[in-house]
Amino acid sequence: MEIGLGHYLTVSAIVFTLGVLGIFLNRKNVIVILMSIEMMLLAVNLNLVAFSTHLHDLVGQIFAMIILTVAAAEAAIGLAILVVYFRNRGSIRVEDINMMKG
Amino acid sequence: MILQGIAFYVFAALLVASGVMVISSRNPVHSVLYLILAFFQAAGLCLLMGAEFIAMILIIVYVGAVAVLFLFVVMMLDINFRELRQGALEVLPLGGLIGLILLAELAAVVGGWIVAPGVEKLAAAPTPAITSVTNTQALGQLMYTQYVYLFQACGIVLLIAMIGAIVLTLRHREGVRKQNIGDQLARRRDEVVAIRKVSSGEGV
Repeated sequence: MEIGLGHYLTVSAIVFTLGVLGIFLNRKNVIVILMSIEMMLLAVNLNLVAFSTHLHDLVGQIFAMIILTVAAAEAAIGLAILVVYFRNRGSIRVEDINMMKG
Repeated sequence: MILQGIAFYVFAALLVASGVMVISSRNPVHSVLYLILAFFQAAGLCLLMGAEFIAMILIIVYVGAVAVLFLFVVMMLDINFRELRQGALEVLPLGGLIGLILLAELAAVVGGWIVAPGVEKLAAAPTPAITSVTNTQALGQLMYTQYVYLFQACGIVLLIAMIGAIVLTLRHREGVRKQNIGDQLARRRDEVVAIRKVSSGEGV
């Protein structure tokens, strides 16, 4: 039972698909959509680390760290926008977010 | 080797199960807690692959910062989540179909993909032997030399995110007294202190 590259890629593909599915299922809830995006980024990170360790190339892990940075920044900005939006409108329904439609 | 297989399947099964719970649980607080569980399992998978530093960074950054931020926001905002769940079952067939198609495509890519022979010679930064330097040391030696500009760009991204979050959520409320150092320094003794003669037995 050798655990190879394919096993890790399969797991990360499943997690990525779960993230996409979460965006579809929770269309109204921005918080769960943000969580789904975090899960998709996690799957991408797993992919990069799997290739990096199996091809013995360290650059993949550097890229994984950079994706981690971007994910943290994205979560901070997204949640800040969410808090401001909730303060202004009293709800976080996605359908209500059309103020900038003009 | 058998132990590695068992650990992989435990981590992978828990990762997928907690991922399902993140997108399907009714209470968003539970979603965040399952997200934390998923991050821990992903860190375990990274440990199994031999990327110890990434595993620890996953726990510190994702669990320690991102997930706690989510938990904080979910608990701070007073949101009617039951209303937000409505209509989820209507899109389940379409969403499930798209998910299945995506998964089939990814499976086709992964299943039909082989490592080209001799690809290890093309590595941009070959991993040094684990007996000579540890994973963390090797990453540091690479990141602070060859990828130092990328590292600095990461710092700029984080700085801008921090400034953006502060600017977005800062609000000026009326009626809040704040320290104004300019006013304090501009005070003169003769403007604010008055000396009065008070005769004894009477008030001011």
